[in-house]
Amino acid sequence: MKDEKIQNHLQEALRAPLDRKKFLKYTAMGGGALFLGLGLQSCHKDNNNSGSTGATIDVGSGDPGILNFAYALEQLEAAFYIKVNASFYTNATDAEKAILSDIMNHEIAHRDFFKAALGSAAISTLTFDFSSVDFTSRASVLGTAKALEDTGVSAYNGAGQYISSPDYLTLAGKIVSVEARHAAAIRDLLSPKTASFAGDDVVDVTTGLDFSRTPNSTTGGPSIVATANTFLKTKISATKLP
Amino acid sequence: MKALKIFEDAYNKDVIEKNFSRREAMTKGLGLGLKAAMAAIPFGLIDAFGNKAMAAPPPPTAVTAILNFALTLEYLESKFYSIGLATSGLVPSSDQAVIAQIAKHEAAHVLLLKNTITSLGDAPVAEPTFDFTAGGTFADVFSNYQTFLALANAFEDTGVRAYKGQATGLMGSGVVLTAALDIHSVEARHASEVRRLRGYKGWITNAVANGLPAAIYAGEDTTTEGTINVTTITTVSAASITEAFDEPLTMSAVLAIATPFIVS
Repeated sequence: MKDEKIQNHLQEALRAPLDRKKFLKYTAMGGGALFLGLGLQSCHKDNNNSGSTGATIDVGSGDPGILNFAYALEQLEAAFYIKVNASFYTNATDAEKAILSDIMNHEIAHRDFFKAALGSAAISTLTFDFSSVDFTSRASVLGTAKALEDTGVSAYNGAGQYISSPDYLTLAGKIVSVEARHAAAIRDLLSPKTASFAGDDVVDVTTGLDFSRTPNSTTGGPSIVATANTFLKTKISATKLP
Repeated sequence: MKALKIFEDAYNKDVIEKNFSRREAMTKGLGLGLKAAMAAIPFGLIDAFGNKAMAAPPPPTAVTAILNFALTLEYLESKFYSIGLATSGLVPSSDQAVIAQIAKHEAAHVLLLKNTITSLGDAPVAEPTFDFTAGGTFADVFSNYQTFLALANAFEDTGVRAYKGQATGLMGSGVVLTAALDIHSVEARHASEVRRLRGYKGWITNAVANGLPAAIYAGEDTTTEGTINVTTITTVSAASITEAFDEPLTMSAVLAIATPFIVS
C-alpha cells in the first residue's frame, strides 16, 4: 500500500542517518581510532568516566533535562570556538577568522542564555578536553567544527518532539536554524561551492530531511552523548532522556 | 488567492475543534505508524523516563493545514529553482552544484509533504500559478543572476521563519513535528549558503535586509528571548545576539510576503 510505504519511509528517513561513517570521519580524531575505543567503552552501561574531575553529570528529565542537554552541547561548542579564536590555525584568512569569531559569539550567547533560562536547574560548568584537536590545523579545526555543528542540529531536531512547553520548543527552534547556518558555512569553507553545505551525507536525498537523533540513539554510530563525552573531562549522561 | 484561503480557513482552530472529536482523532490516528506508539502512553501520565507523556496529538486537519501551508511554500521554491536551472545562461557554472542541491531538496520536500498529507487522510493543495517577477517588481528575475539569488535568499530566509512559526502547532504529532524540524534546518542550510553566494554572512544581523523587502526581516533585531533580555546575561554584543537567534513569523505574515508571487 502506497501510504504505508511512505509512512515507513518517513520513519526510516528520520531514524537512520545516511552514511554515518562519512559523518564521523570529519572529526579531528584520525578517522576511526578514538571512536572504536569509545564504542567499546559505551558498551558498559554504568560507565562512569570520571576523568580528573569527578562523577558523571546527568542532565535530568523532561524539559529541564532537554534544556540541560542543549546547555551542555552549547558549553562544549562555546569552549571549542573560544580556543579556536584564541589562536587561529595556520594561514587562516580574514574571512575565515570573521566567520569563526561570529560563531564563537553565537555559541557563547546560546550557552549564557540556557544558563539563565535554567537558573537553579542548570547543570554546572563543564570542563573540556580538546587534546584530540590540532588547533594549528585548518582541517582539524574545521573538521571538528563541522562535526559539532551537524551534531547540534541533529540533537535539537531529535529533541523537538519531546519538549512539553511550546515556549521551549520555539526557543529551541530559534537556535537550531542558526546552528544549521553554521554547519552550512563550515562545510562550505571545507568544500566551497559544492553540494556539501547541505550534503547527501546529512540531508536525505529522497525526503530532503536533515538528521535528527535522540541523545542516546546509537543508530548508525556513537550517540550524541558519547560524542560529546569525547571532548568532556566532566562527562555527561542523559539516562532519563530517550 | 483561493489556494491560500483554503488552508487559512482550515487553520482556524475553532472550526477544526468543533468538527473533530478526540475519539475521532485517536481512531483516525496520525498515520505514520503512530497509532501503536500513542496507545502505549496514556495522555497526562508519566513515562518510563519520568517525563510527562507527550502532548495530545492535534486534530489531523490542524496538522494538514500547517503542512499544506508548508507545501505551498515548497511548491514556490521548487518551481523557482526549477525554472532558474532550466534557464540557459542564468546560473553560472561555478554555482550550479549549490543551486542544483537546493532544487533537489525543494522537490523532495514537495513530494514528502504531499505524501504525508495524503497519508493523514487529507488532500494536498494544488500547485498555485506563480509569478516570480511579482507583477514586474523583479522583472529580470530569470535574466539577472543577482536578482535570482536575491529572491532565493528571500525565499529561504522566509521559509526558515515560516517553519519556525508553525512548530508549536505540530506539538504532539510526533514524527510529523520531527519532519518539519528536519525540513526547517535544511532551509536554514540553504539560506546560509545563498546569503554567502550573495557575499553576505550566512546569518541575519539585526533586521538588515540586504536589498530585500523589510518584512522578511521584521523582528529579527530583537535581543529578548522568552522573558530574558539576552544583553543582560552575556558579554556578547547586541548585534551578535540578534544573529544567534532566528525569529519565527506567523502564517499571515509569511503569506503577506509570498502573496505577490502567487497569481492563483
